[in-house]
Amino acid sequence: MATASIATAGVGTSEQYNYDIIRKFAIMTFIWGAIGMFVGVYIASELAYPFLNFDNPYITFGRLRPVHTSGVIFGFGGSALFATSYYVVQRTCQARLFGGEGLANFTFWGWQAAVALSALGYMFGYTQAREYAEMTWPVDLLILFVWVAYLAIYVGTLLKRKQPHIYVANWFYLAFILATALLHIFNNLQVPVKLFSLESYSLFSGTQDAMTQWWYGHNAVGFFLTAAFLGMMYYFVPKQAGRPVYSYRLSILHFWAIIFLYMWAGAHHLHWTALPDWTGTLAATFSIMLLLPSWGGMINGIMTLSGAWDKLRTDPVIRFLIVALSFYGMSTFEGPMMSLKDVNALSHYTDWTIGHVHSGALGWVAMITFGSMYHLVPRVWNTQMYSVRLINVHFWLATIGVLLYITAMWISGIMQGLMWRAFDDFGNLQYSFVESVAAAHPFYVMRAVGGAFFLAGMILMCYNMYKTIRQGSTEAHAGLNVAAA
Amino acid sequence: MKHDKIERNLGILLVFTMLAISAGGMVEIIPLFFIKETVEKVEGVRPYTPLEQRGRDIYTREGCYLCHSQMIRPFRDEALRYGHYSLAAESKYDHPFQWGSKRTGPDLARVGGKYSNDWHTQHLIAPRSLVPQSVMPNYPWLATTELKYDDIQDRLKSLRRVGVPYSNSQAEYQRNVEEFGEDVAKTLHIPDAQKNLEAQAQSGNYDTDPSNITEMDALVAYLQVLGTMVDFKKYDDDYFVKFR
Repeated sequence: MATASIATAGVGTSEQYNYDIIRKFAIMTFIWGAIGMFVGVYIASELAYPFLNFDNPYITFGRLRPVHTSGVIFGFGGSALFATSYYVVQRTCQARLFGGEGLANFTFWGWQAAVALSALGYMFGYTQAREYAEMTWPVDLLILFVWVAYLAIYVGTLLKRKQPHIYVANWFYLAFILATALLHIFNNLQVPVKLFSLESYSLFSGTQDAMTQWWYGHNAVGFFLTAAFLGMMYYFVPKQAGRPVYSYRLSILHFWAIIFLYMWAGAHHLHWTALPDWTGTLAATFSIMLLLPSWGGMINGIMTLSGAWDKLRTDPVIRFLIVALSFYGMSTFEGPMMSLKDVNALSHYTDWTIGHVHSGALGWVAMITFGSMYHLVPRVWNTQMYSVRLINVHFWLATIGVLLYITAMWISGIMQGLMWRAFDDFGNLQYSFVESVAAAHPFYVMRAVGGAFFLAGMILMCYNMYKTIRQGSTEAHAGLNVAAA
Repeated sequence: MKHDKIERNLGILLVFTMLAISAGGMVEIIPLFFIKETVEKVEGVRPYTPLEQRGRDIYTREGCYLCHSQMIRPFRDEALRYGHYSLAAESKYDHPFQWGSKRTGPDLARVGGKYSNDWHTQHLIAPRSLVPQSVMPNYPWLATTELKYDDIQDRLKSLRRVGVPYSNSQAEYQRNVEEFGEDVAKTLHIPDAQKNLEAQAQSGNYDTDPSNITEMDALVAYLQVLGTMVDFKKYDDDYFVKFR
C-alpha cells in the first residue's frame, strides 16, 4: 500500500467530496486488473501447454480459474464500480458521501479482504463449486455486510442531494446494488459442514439449484457487469465528450426494460438440460427482447458523440469509451443469438461461450473501465495524465488482444460443436472427443497470445497511472509548500 | 404518472426497481419447487454412500466442473457418445448440482462403469500417459493423500439437513429400507458412516492399493457411480418425454 500513502499524502479531508476513498478503490482496480488478467493468461497457457500445471495442487486449472474470474470480476470490476459510483454519486448529487470516512473505508477494506480471501481459498481448495459464486460462506457473509454498507452510503448520499433530480447514472448503479444483494443472498444459501468449517453444502439440489445458480450467473453479468457499467457510461461518456446524453427518453426506456428483462434470461444457460422446457423457452424469449434495450443503451452512448466525432481521432480516452460501446453492441447481439435453442445446441459447452463472455468482459467492461479511469484519475489527483501517448498504445494493445481472443474462441468453439455432432458415411460418430481437444490446440495458443496483449496493455496502464499519481502527489506537496511559504 | 416524479423521489425509484428485478426470478424459480413433473419419477436414484460423497467433495474442491459437464443433452450424437440423456432425478441429491457449463473434457454424467478402476487411477495420476492429446492437469497427490473422513458424520448430517435422506434414527432407517432396500439403506445410516466408508474402500479397492484409504479411492468411487443408478431398460423411450 505504499502507493496509497503517497496517493493520499498532503490531501486533507477538508475537500468538498470524499476523494480519498475513490483513490483507494482506483489503485486497487489497477492492482486487481493486473493480477486477475495475469492469472487469466496463465490458465489460458495451461490449456495450451498442460505441463504448466507443474503437478502442483494450488495452481491447477480447476483451482486457478475461479481466482481469475473473481480477480477480474470482483477485484478489478468491483473496485472500479466502487470508485466510479462514489465519484458519480457525489458529483451528481453535489453532496459528500453519507456515513463519513469510516463507513466508506469499511466498504474498501471489507471488499478487498473478501476478494483476497476468496482467491486464497480457491487455491487451497475451499469453494462452493458454483460458477462466480465460489466464495465460501464466511466470505459470503463479509460481502453481505459490505454490501449493506454500500447501499446505505449510496442511498444516504442520494438523500442528501442538492439537485431535485436523481441523475440517470445513479439509477443504474442503484439497480446494480439492489440486484446484486438479491442474487447474492439467494444463490448462497448454504449449510456449513460444521460451525468452524469453511465447507458447506447448498440448500437446493439438482434442477432447482441449477436454475438458482444461472439466475445468479446470468444476472451477475446483467447487473454487475452490465447495468453498473452502463451507469459508468452515462456519466463518463458525456463528460469526456463534453456533450449531453443523446436521448433522455431513450435512457428512461432502456433502463426499465433492461432491469426488468435481464432477470428472466438466466435459464438460457440451461437449454436442452434436465431443466423443464418451459423455463428455457421463457428465458430465450426474454433474451431476444433484451436485444432492444441493450442496443438502446449502445445507441444512446455512441450518439452522445454526435457532432463531436472528430474526438475519436484526437482523444484516446473517447476511443476507449466508444469502442467499449461497440463491443457492448456486438456481444448483446451475440448473446440473444446464442440463447436460441438451435444455436445453443451447437454453441453450448464449447469455447464459443468463453469467447462471448470475453467480448463482453474485455471489450465492454474492461474498455469502459479503462476510459473512465483515464478520465477520473487525473481529476481526483488534481493533475494531468502522465502520458497520452501511452493511453493510445494501451488502446491498440487492448483492441488487438480482444480481437485475437474472440476470433480464436469463435473458431475453436464452432469447430468443437461441429466435430462433436459429425457423423461419418456409416452413421457413426466421426470424431472421438479427444480429437476435438487436439484440434483446439492452435486456437488455445492464439487465445493465450491475445490475452497477453491485453495484459500488456493493462500493465502499461498501471505504469502510466503510477507516474500520474506520483506527479499529482508531488504537485500537491509543491502547492502546500507554496501556500505555507 | 410522469417519469419526472420517479426521478425526484428516491423511495418510488427504489420500490419500482425492486419490483422490476424481482419478477423474473419469482416466475422461473419458485414453480420448480412445486410443479411435480419437474423431477421425474424413476427408480434407482439414491443418495451417495459416505465414500462416494467424499469423492464428490474432492470433485468440487478441484474444480472439475469447470471443464467437465454432468448433463447429457437429448441429441443423437450425445446419446452415442455418452448414453441416455440426463434426468433431473439423477441429480436430485446433488448439493450443489454439478451440471457444468463447459466441455474442455468430455461429459462425465455416465462415466461410471465405462473404464476400470485401474484406468481411472492411472488417468488421474497422469492423463497423458493414456490419452496423449489430453490437456487435463496431473493429479498425482490424490493417490498419496490419505482421505480425511473423521468428519464424515457431520457432512452427512449437513446433507440430511438440506433434504438428503440419510438416516440418523431407527425410524428414518426403516423409511430408507422401504424406499431403497436394505442394502442401500445400510450405507445411508449416519451412525455407521465411518465403518461403511472403510468397508467400501476395502472391498472396492478403487486406487488399486488396498493398504490405505486415499483421496483417489474416494474420487474413483464417485466417478464409478455416476450415471449408473437408473436402469433405462426398465422404461419405454417416451416415458421420460412427458416430464420435459
